[in-house]
Amino acid sequence: MSAPSLTHLQILEAESIEILREVAASFERPVMMYSIGKDSSVLLHLARKAFYPSKIPFPLLHVDTTFKFREMISFRDRMAEQFGFDLIRHTNPDGIRDGINPFDHGSSRYTDIMKTQALRQALNAGRYDAAIGGARRDEEKSRAKERIFSHRNASHAWDPKNQRPELWRVFNTRLNPGESMRVFPISNWTELDVWTYIYSEGIELPSLYFAKPRPVVERSGTLIMVDDERLPLGPGETPREEMVRFRTLGCYPLTGAIRSSAADLPSIIMEMQASRTSEREGRLIDSDSAGSMEKKKQEGYF
Amino acid sequence: MSLPMTAPDTELDLWLSQQTEKSLLRFLTCGSVDDGKSTLIGRLLYDSQLVLDDQLASLKKESRNRMVGDEGIDFSLLVDGLTAEREQGITIDVAYRFFSTDKRKFIVADTPGHEQYTRNMATGASNADLALVLVDARKGVLTQTRRHSFILSLIGVKHVVVVVNKIDLVNYDQAVFDRIVAEYRQFAEPLGFKTLETIPVSALRGDNMLAPSANTPWYKGSALVPYLETIDIAEDRSSQKFRFPVQWVNRPNLDFRGFSGTVASGAISVRDEVLIASSRKPAQISRIVTMDGDLQTAIAGQAVTLVLDREVDLSRGDVLTLPGETPEYSNQFQARLVWMNDEPAYPGRSYLLKIGAQLVPATITDLKFRTNVNTLEQTAATKIDLNEVATVTIATDKPIAFDAYRSNALTGGFILIDRLSNATLAAGTIEFGLRRAQNLTYQSFDVNRDVRAAMKGQTPQIVWFTGLSGSGKSSIANLLEKRLTAEGRHAYILDGDNVRHGLNKDLGFTEAARVENIRRVAEVARLMADAGLIVLVSFISPFEKERRLAREIAGDISFTEVYVDTPLEVCEARDPKGLYKRARAGEIKNFTGIDSPFEPPTNAELVLHGAEQEPVVLADELHAWLKL
Ligand SMILES: Nc1nc2c(ncn2[C@@H]2O[C@H](COP(=O)(O)OP(=O)(O)OP(=O)(O)O)[C@@H](O)[C@H]2O)c(=O)[nH]1
Ligand SMILES: [Mg+2]
Repeated sequence: MSAPSLTHLQILEAESIEILREVAASFERPVMMYSIGKDSSVLLHLARKAFYPSKIPFPLLHVDTTFKFREMISFRDRMAEQFGFDLIRHTNPDGIRDGINPFDHGSSRYTDIMKTQALRQALNAGRYDAAIGGARRDEEKSRAKERIFSHRNASHAWDPKNQRPELWRVFNTRLNPGESMRVFPISNWTELDVWTYIYSEGIELPSLYFAKPRPVVERSGTLIMVDDERLPLGPGETPREEMVRFRTLGCYPLTGAIRSSAADLPSIIMEMQASRTSEREGRLIDSDSAGSMEKKKQEGYF
Repeated sequence: MSLPMTAPDTELDLWLSQQTEKSLLRFLTCGSVDDGKSTLIGRLLYDSQLVLDDQLASLKKESRNRMVGDEGIDFSLLVDGLTAEREQGITIDVAYRFFSTDKRKFIVADTPGHEQYTRNMATGASNADLALVLVDARKGVLTQTRRHSFILSLIGVKHVVVVVNKIDLVNYDQAVFDRIVAEYRQFAEPLGFKTLETIPVSALRGDNMLAPSANTPWYKGSALVPYLETIDIAEDRSSQKFRFPVQWVNRPNLDFRGFSGTVASGAISVRDEVLIASSRKPAQISRIVTMDGDLQTAIAGQAVTLVLDREVDLSRGDVLTLPGETPEYSNQFQARLVWMNDEPAYPGRSYLLKIGAQLVPATITDLKFRTNVNTLEQTAATKIDLNEVATVTIATDKPIAFDAYRSNALTGGFILIDRLSNATLAAGTIEFGLRRAQNLTYQSFDVNRDVRAAMKGQTPQIVWFTGLSGSGKSSIANLLEKRLTAEGRHAYILDGDNVRHGLNKDLGFTEAARVENIRRVAEVARLMADAGLIVLVSFISPFEKERRLAREIAGDISFTEVYVDTPLEVCEARDPKGLYKRARAGEIKNFTGIDSPFEPPTNAELVLHGAEQEPVVLADELHAWLKL
């Protein structure tokens, strides 16, 4: 018999669990970002594993922009019920008051108010000293540069040129008053790792990830799903049914669908293998400019 | 909705099992600035078809006016992801990238060559199995090449590939390659790498990257990627001594108490006897819990929750081991440090040390020598500057469990953290414990005031408040004490209340008793300051002579006389304890200000006007004034 060894996914899983436990043990008020997508679903699964048989010892926070796919909201509530975690929902009250939406105010202003500022409000209100997120280094080039325990100053800003050294798996979790930490337990996972893990662990996902006929309109090459009547239709624009799925989930007016017939996990994984575009391509907010993600992160975006 | 999953998909399952069999290699690129590290990684990503169409389009656009190969791409832009990096054309921080071939999965850390960012190179090296040390064929082995190589050996990266890059710029000349290889091998000899390979490449043009290049017919070795795919890096951590650092105590209810953590090395099975490294108390493993069901055995790298057969005192930071295989348990050891902060390290200073899940205050007790990264010579030093490597002895406030880094990186590597800014200051690797055989070193280490003060991270001193009863001395002292404590400093107040009732309860109010009172308080303050504390003495001390006595007793300890100058009328109007009233009524004799004089200090370091400002403002003023 050869020496027992762990597979690539088992190694990644164990590392992520170690990171989650380190957060629970080192911070006073941690919180986990729950955005309902596949990465959040993996994160949730890992957190359940990390603390089993205890319940997840910190709340999950969902920043609701009011323009999430409807299914995401029902899925979220069902998960909270099923796994018994403590769910905190936050929507920027200023945004509601001013009726901020991506159509009239543009995607970047909308994102700033309903996501970045809303997140800051929620983190301040909860006085959270650590916020766990599901970002991966393979997603985007400035993410590839970020530490697993990523320090934020009192105004939640990231200083990419002055990150703390991070050695071995010895994480410096110390903070001064007002500062906080963003923690990314699945930093070293690739999109493919996430999908294969979901497959092998049988993790449930919103059905939006699987292809089926959905009402969409095509705008400058991007397929936008008409999830509710708030999407203003242009003259002569009529939604038509197309076989589509989503590679990432966000706000429905800002998330492009892809034409696909992959209706189950195996087909998605096989389709991904052949894909020649990145998952973030479907996110309209990332393509604004070359350094746009870095800039957003400096302002406190996740 | 139930999980959409079709009947066993043979194609996928086959593919998945191939994926599962792939091993993982973590490596980094390092070497001097501009040697082509990022270009090389960009090229690898490009050649393994990981650059997707949408990324490629923007990349081509950005590559205009830059040095490009035949593909019209500046490959370094694929990894240099920060705006500042793209503007300056250098790497500042590590980029982690992922790619896989048919044989292996790779996690690459592309690190900066610039000396200023050496700490980021160390960050990238700390989790790597192998390093690509790049050398620009035109420039040869440089100081930074050597520094990085030395750090690799210190961090324990065992496998090195010297990539002689830009070979296209020296006309694919074998002589250049041979010369660089010879020089590097000679330098690296004492560094003890397990394997050392050398490959001539052009990252920009792709020579010897995926396949042997026709431009270097004289090179008979393997191309880079095939070499990375096949090199044997296996290290059987599971057959090493068992180490389980307890990370988190898992206590969902009164019936369950488990210890969560990751097996750092070795393996553990149900019914094994274990020992707690600190207390040497034994216990037996009764369960190995995971959400997927209990395990019979857990091996190195697995994150599990252990349940013991009995109640033992065990918490975060403790290490579980097997009897007869226990790690060192001591508060003294020798270690090597890579210093990563602009502010140099000095012996005697106090830091926080984190090793595994243990966090303790620690002091550098001796700086043995600094190692010159160019020549590997050891030279005497009094401090360690940014990016320098030194060998030191360290004392921790309480004993910790550890191994020599050489035998176990996870239980022998630590970081030092600044007590005030919380910055990560250094990476350290333990060489050996100083306990039994090395007792001599323990004795030669003088415990003196400086050492104790450094452990507390403060300047011990006496702050002597003088002023009338009710002037605000105690309020200010209390506020100052609170603020100092909140800052993590150690302060203590001596005042009439806590001294008169104990230490000085035998003393009355005669002239002689008064002097004796002050003498004792001053002596106690001195001892406390010598022990490292900031001592706040709040005594009316009305006479110049008494205050001078206190100052003399303090000797070489910093002594600050603070006169809380509040007019008698104000104090009498406040009269918090009703003492003035009683003195006026003749119930108390010799009361300062009433029937006994107060000699205003003439040489107080600081005068605070107690009638003009709130105590909290005065406490802040004093805080700002003090040298802490
Ligand atoms: N001709 C030629 N040029 C190269 C080669 N490799 C890199 N270069 C060029 O060398 C310059 C520096 O390359 P980088 O990849 O940024 O160097 P680096 O080592 O990552 O630099 P730092 O990360 O800042 O230390 C760029 O202009 C590259 O195009 C090569 O093999 N041949
Ligand atoms: Mg570079």
